[in-house]
Amino acid sequence: MIELRELRAGYSGREVLHGISLEFRPGEVLVIAGPNGCGKSTLLRAAAGIGEISGGEVLVDGVSSSALSARQMAQKCAYMPQDRPAPSLSVRRMALHGRFPYLSYPRRYRPEDYRAVDGALERARASDIADSAIPELSGGPRQRAYLAMALAQETETLLMDEPTAFLDISHQLAVMDMAASLAREGKAVVMVLHDLCLALRRADRLAVISAGRLLAQGTPEEIYSSGVIDEAFQARLRRTDTPDGPQYYFA
Amino acid sequence: MKSSPTSYTRRRLKLLLPLLALMLAAALLSLVLGAVNVPLSEVLSALFSGGDGTAGARIVLYARLPRVLGCILAGSALAVSGAVIQSVLANPLAAPSTIGVNSGAGLAAALCCAVAPGMQSLVPVAAFAGALLSALLVLFIAERTGASRLTLVLAGVAVSNVLAAAVDAVVTFFPDALNGYSDFRIGSLANLSLERLGAPAAVIILALAAAFSLTNELDVLSLGRETARSLGLNAGRARILLLAVAAALAGAAVSFAGLLGFIGLIVPHMLRRFTGDESASLLPACALGGASLLLICDLGSRTLFSPYELPVGIVLSFAGGPFFIFLLIRQRKGRVV
Repeated sequence: MIELRELRAGYSGREVLHGISLEFRPGEVLVIAGPNGCGKSTLLRAAAGIGEISGGEVLVDGVSSSALSARQMAQKCAYMPQDRPAPSLSVRRMALHGRFPYLSYPRRYRPEDYRAVDGALERARASDIADSAIPELSGGPRQRAYLAMALAQETETLLMDEPTAFLDISHQLAVMDMAASLAREGKAVVMVLHDLCLALRRADRLAVISAGRLLAQGTPEEIYSSGVIDEAFQARLRRTDTPDGPQYYFA
Repeated sequence: MKSSPTSYTRRRLKLLLPLLALMLAAALLSLVLGAVNVPLSEVLSALFSGGDGTAGARIVLYARLPRVLGCILAGSALAVSGAVIQSVLANPLAAPSTIGVNSGAGLAAALCCAVAPGMQSLVPVAAFAGALLSALLVLFIAERTGASRLTLVLAGVAVSNVLAAAVDAVVTFFPDALNGYSDFRIGSLANLSLERLGAPAAVIILALAAAFSLTNELDVLSLGRETARSLGLNAGRARILLLAVAAALAGAAVSFAGLLGFIGLIVPHMLRRFTGDESASLLPACALGGASLLLICDLGSRTLFSPYELPVGIVLSFAGGPFFIFLLIRQRKGRVV
């Protein structure tokens, strides 16, 4: 399990997160929410061992991430960034690179690597585009390719920065279903989402951040009741009960 | 279709086998054709029985064979070096000749010859050091200034010119430093011997093996610094390692073939159309394609105006210049080749 303890982090020498403590629990979908520029992506990057950490620590199964090599970290935690370049690789080749942390010299893939890749492609609904080149794909399928790569890493924790951006509604719901099923298998799934209504309906827990500080964390019900979203976003969140469960909207 | 090693190997072989055939055919033609044509049967018996009893056999063994091997080594080294540099700098216009790596190697080779004449085996080492320093300088400019693709190439042109002027200065003070100076500037494979190829050949073979073993790293780097790191790759260290390999390749090639331009630029571009950015296919294809192109251009340089001989660099520039312009025009239209 990954645990952030009084984490201070930023980029280019500028501190963006001012002491955040948060657990990424196995078996749970955690959504990080907050206004633009509040430090959501910085938090994911720092947790994945990519960003600059200026204070506090990231514990991975009780061990400080600073004591782990990049390769060890990559075997524990997969990260899907917001910025996704499009090199001229096939989707399948890209998913194979998800196995990079497990390769030793001379970099030969083993049968289990190919099996993991096929599973990841299927799970990310990318099997049908497996042999397409990334630059030929539009935003949504390209996203699925990155998702397949992250899933092929077969880590206990999966961090995704805006995994539903560019996706149509059916693929957005598919991502949320996939997140829920990964969580059911015991993985910790953490994502930054901008669609708060979707997050409140589908997340197990939300963490609301504003200006680099954690305002609150809890179940969707607890977060809604606390009014913290209204405070963070300067908006009025409302809920209505429907036969399909509670639905959220902004008044 | 399921993922499997055989599906990849089959796809790769479809491209590599024709290139291998092209290289072998070009090599064989280069042994046969020239100012004096040597019949194929005589070429084969000279190669496989090793005898140099006839004039034809002597031409093949002592003049053409070193040259063919030189073409294969220099062509593959420069093309693979170009492909690696383009991937590491994420810049399609980067190549050993455009970012000053070749000139750096040339300057170091000239200095080595001036300071330690007669120490031929040191030349590839010096050329490697010069190439590496130039490559690191360009990497430094790229990383520290966040330079755009165009700025990077312009900086490379500036670095190239400064280094070329330094080579001129060295040759002015030590006129005997570079044997056949004009050939060196233009790039030529005339007057090669097997002895002279020994040290650079060892460097090139080792560096090619290193480059082929780092193809996953190259691909992962192309996914961006953050993704590379999240996959467990230290992007900074990998970039320097890969540039060192590219510098070893270019440096070793320059040490015996001179400042051959364009191969490192053109060949990766031509082959990327077939392989995409998948380095496991691109690098071997570049090795075979670069060797073939240099063999064909060298054959042209020897036979087009026979009995006169043009340095191969001139033939390459005639072929490469127009291609480079075509590339620029395509990019102006907003299409990245």
